[in-house]
Amino acid sequence: MSNNPPTPTPKHFVAPLEETPLVAIDAVNVGERKSNLWIDAWRDMRRRPMFWISAAIILLVVVVALFPNLFSQIDPRECVLSNSNGAPTGAHLLGFNKQGCDVFSRIIHGTSTSLSVGIIVVILTTVLGILFGAFAGFYGGWLDSILSRAGDIFFSIPYILAAVVIMSVFSAYRNVFVIALAIGIFAWPSTARVLRAEILRVKNADFVMASRALGVSNFKILLRHVLPNSIAPVIVVTTISLGAAIVAEATLSFLGVGLPNTTMSWGNDISAAQTDLRTAPQTLIYPSIALSVTVLAFIMMGEVVRDALDPKARAQR
Amino acid sequence: MKIRRFGLGAIALVAAGTLALSGCASGGSDDSAGDTAAIITTNGSEPQNPLVPTNTNEVGGGKILDAIFEGLVYYDGDGAPHNAVAESIETDDATNYTITLKPDLTFTNGDPVTADSFIDAWNYGALASNEQLSSYFFEDIVGFSYDEDSELTGLKKVDDLTFTVELNAPKSDFPLRLGYSAFYPLPASAFDDMEAFGQNPVGNGPYMLDGENAWAHNEKIDLVVNPDYAGERTPVNGGLSIVFYATQDAAYADLLGGNLDVLDAVPDSALSTFEADLGDRAVNQPAAVFQSFTIPERLAHFGGEEGKLRRAALSMAINREEITDVIFEGSRTPASDFTSPVIDGFSDSLEGAEVLEYNPDEAVKLWAEADAISPWDGEFKIAYNADGGHQAWVDATTNSIKNVLGIEASGEPYPTFQEARTLITDRTIQTAFRTGWQADYPGLFNFLGPLYATNAGSNDGDYSNPEFDALINSGAEDTDPASANEKFQQAQEILLQDLPATPLWYSNVTGGYSENVDDVVFGWNSVPLYYEITKS
Amino acid sequence: MAGYIFRRLLQALPVLVGTTFLIYFMVFAMPGDPLLALFGDKTPNPAVLERLREQYHLDQPFIVQYFLYLGGIFRGDFGTSFSGEPVTEILARTFPVTIRLALMALFIEFVLGVLIGLISGLRKGKLFDASALVISLILISLPIFVIAFVAQFIFGIQLGWARTTVSAGAPIQDLILPAFVLASITFAQIVRLTRSSVIETQSLDFVRTAYGKGLSRRRIIPVHILRNSLIPVVTYAATDFGVLLVGATVTEGIFNVPGVGRTLYQAIIRGEGPTVVSFVTVMVLIYLVVNLVVDLLYGLLDPRIRYVK
Repeated sequence: MSNNPPTPTPKHFVAPLEETPLVAIDAVNVGERKSNLWIDAWRDMRRRPMFWISAAIILLVVVVALFPNLFSQIDPRECVLSNSNGAPTGAHLLGFNKQGCDVFSRIIHGTSTSLSVGIIVVILTTVLGILFGAFAGFYGGWLDSILSRAGDIFFSIPYILAAVVIMSVFSAYRNVFVIALAIGIFAWPSTARVLRAEILRVKNADFVMASRALGVSNFKILLRHVLPNSIAPVIVVTTISLGAAIVAEATLSFLGVGLPNTTMSWGNDISAAQTDLRTAPQTLIYPSIALSVTVLAFIMMGEVVRDALDPKARAQR
Repeated sequence: MKIRRFGLGAIALVAAGTLALSGCASGGSDDSAGDTAAIITTNGSEPQNPLVPTNTNEVGGGKILDAIFEGLVYYDGDGAPHNAVAESIETDDATNYTITLKPDLTFTNGDPVTADSFIDAWNYGALASNEQLSSYFFEDIVGFSYDEDSELTGLKKVDDLTFTVELNAPKSDFPLRLGYSAFYPLPASAFDDMEAFGQNPVGNGPYMLDGENAWAHNEKIDLVVNPDYAGERTPVNGGLSIVFYATQDAAYADLLGGNLDVLDAVPDSALSTFEADLGDRAVNQPAAVFQSFTIPERLAHFGGEEGKLRRAALSMAINREEITDVIFEGSRTPASDFTSPVIDGFSDSLEGAEVLEYNPDEAVKLWAEADAISPWDGEFKIAYNADGGHQAWVDATTNSIKNVLGIEASGEPYPTFQEARTLITDRTIQTAFRTGWQADYPGLFNFLGPLYATNAGSNDGDYSNPEFDALINSGAEDTDPASANEKFQQAQEILLQDLPATPLWYSNVTGGYSENVDDVVFGWNSVPLYYEITKS
Repeated sequence: MAGYIFRRLLQALPVLVGTTFLIYFMVFAMPGDPLLALFGDKTPNPAVLERLREQYHLDQPFIVQYFLYLGGIFRGDFGTSFSGEPVTEILARTFPVTIRLALMALFIEFVLGVLIGLISGLRKGKLFDASALVISLILISLPIFVIAFVAQFIFGIQLGWARTTVSAGAPIQDLILPAFVLASITFAQIVRLTRSSVIETQSLDFVRTAYGKGLSRRRIIPVHILRNSLIPVVTYAATDFGVLLVGATVTEGIFNVPGVGRTLYQAIIRGEGPTVVSFVTVMVLIYLVVNLVVDLLYGLLDPRIRYVK
């Protein structure tokens, strides 16, 4: 604490030798296998059950997305109004929605759209966010000004306006990539700002000073030391925004600038079920559960990765 | 055409009807006389334009204008016109009208209501450079021009209480139109500064603005009873507080929460529950709103004889009964003609109306006949604006078509109303599209002439049939309402063969009221007759 | 310090020009003729349309429209909406309400989010932590419409604890319920960010030193752990302020708040260029100031971060 009153100069700067734990930590084991951050992280992760659980859920969701017909043979587009909001029957596990389509089958067949939109958006915002945030935070000065202000511009554009314009320009190509682009292109500034803030903090840390003193190039310091130590909040923001992106796709469809009506997605089903909230909440709840479980798996995975990348937190365990 | 909008972009054409169906008010003659000083709170929306009668074409402003102005005629709950400011409206040939006013009527600022109040107001509304949104109401008066400023030479003052109107062509329903807000009179002071007048309008109706700051933009407008009002719509309450809502959801919540007395639009999210929520205080009755979709002739496979067969097949492939029941929870009434059941002259037994009934076998048969002329390819799509809450019924309709005819069918959303309207107006749209019509005044002609007559303003499908045109014109010339309506019905029988638009259903007015008020009756135009409401 | 702030405010100019241009262009690029929508399902006479187009300069090419608008701004004229109301009046009417609502929501999500995140982080893997995660997940996967609707139904209609909608003048007590609903959107993010940051900070040397010095948990947790964990949280909350200002369309609609969200949404849907651009311009200004304040806050939260050279 810098504002404490000056204390008397201590006599010893080096801890007495009998504090053996310190010695143990300081000891260098020359014989150990070569390692770096990522190998260490992997060794740590694979020992944790949470990693395997989340990986299994993600794998399952991916398999459902790729091969929906393995999980439901019912045609999700066969909708008969007389079945509207109908209760489950033998073949129709979760009953019917308002239009009389099979809820379970629609969830299964909607997985691919929702998952791809979510993942593409997350990749897009992460890449852009890291690029803008890392350079702005680490180099500072005029580069920071330009990158940060660019972020401000993107962030202040109303999302609905941007989406309507982008989707109209690309009206002939309404696929998951364009949707993800429309969602992601205006979402990255928050990732960038969070990363920038964290980098501002980390770049003053002792280990950065040490690297600099050792003559490591600036870019290498950023890549090897600063970024891995600042990535935790980005992981947190990103894993949660996966869910937000899936919901955003629904909003766009709702506004008429989403995927064609015939495309199935969790978001579409959730937004269509809203009007029957009081009479048929199940049609809303089932796709929401699919969304929650998927987001949960990614949050858990993010947690494991974050822990693994943080050697200090690991050492504590 | 009145436009209704909501914050979430919904342009829902929710409208009202007559007392023909019961279940609305608790009988108008209850003598539970309420407090004549009590203020009724009701829902509305921020007027999109200054409160000038000729520049208001949407329900937000229209509702206020109808309360603070009185025209030559007013409509009762059944949509029947009664003389209001007019003492008499006379004609022999449906072209020349002589209008006599009641004496000694005044605006709330003391100005007398004279023939000039009407002549000047109509001239103001019609003048091209004034750019009034409702100027088209004057297009039938001699002297009117869209292209340049011109005087309505067809209006002639006889004396202070008498003037004559000359029309370009016979229009027997002209007196019926005169209750519409565009025809309201204006006091002389309005013309000094129309902008200021639009913020603080001075009228001659049953209510008036409650002081200078009565209109709190985007929040509400407060109206009090006009003490000098001498007409037949004398209020039995103390005034109106019209609260502006961005969504129907909010207004409905306020009704349930006890913050609102009268609601004239139930949100989609409450359609399935409002009758249970409100019991006998729920209102659900047909209204003067007609919903359809239009398949233009020019689309591939929809021209000539093939098109006629396909239109009929599509119409019979739609299970209107089920869709209005399930998707709209009974808040729509399946269509049996091109007008509305609340309009005088309506008939549900027109020749050829069976084309509007669900008949899968016949639909498949007709579709196959069309295929014999030229085989169908591609997908059948119905375009709609996504900001109007149309997706559910479009999906249900296309599903119905798909299930019956075995063809691919789906909805084609456009993000904004303006985009959809632009494509429709410049005829570049390549699919069927949603169409709807809310009557400006309670007459059959208003549902037919502007929409299906050759080259008519809102004939979005470019329909043209000389036989239809002839019947419509002879109906318009006929000064006997009954025989005029008969001609309009014959004209509709032609439409049923050609299906220039595919009738779907009539919107109902859905609404409700709180336990504090009584005698709530909805007018033909979906707006409650506020002056009759009592509050205890 | 003053020099830094001055430089930052100077940067606002190019940002403003860039944003207004971009927004104006986007409104211009919106498909469809905004004037047609004024007539509903009825098709207006072409001559009438032409006149209206001239009045709103919609017959001019994009760049002319933009400079006409920009020129107006320098004369203090922000244009008028289609309904004839000056845009400046709309701004003055809506922004105070929305800013009040946004600040309340921000306060709620920040205080609750940080508190719950802090406890979660300190008790990582325990029951409290898991429950917080489940609640966060529910809030993430339900659309805001559902949350707002349910909150209004339960607290407004059934329990009667709050007014169902916001009454005229938007008094604070009416805004509490919508503020909670708005706060729920980013509550999850704040909780997760605080939690992760707390976990990380807990293992840092100075925290261990503080424990080693024998300081009490009551001092270490707020002063050493929390303060040093707040930077990402504060940053995120600041970006969220912008979202709360313009993105509250649904919540403002359901609770009938006469604010920015629904007005801007309507203006966008109707293609009212001047209104949209003016709103966004004010937004950018607010956003620039908020970000400046946040950057200055970093220095308070972590003295090692300095801008002033």
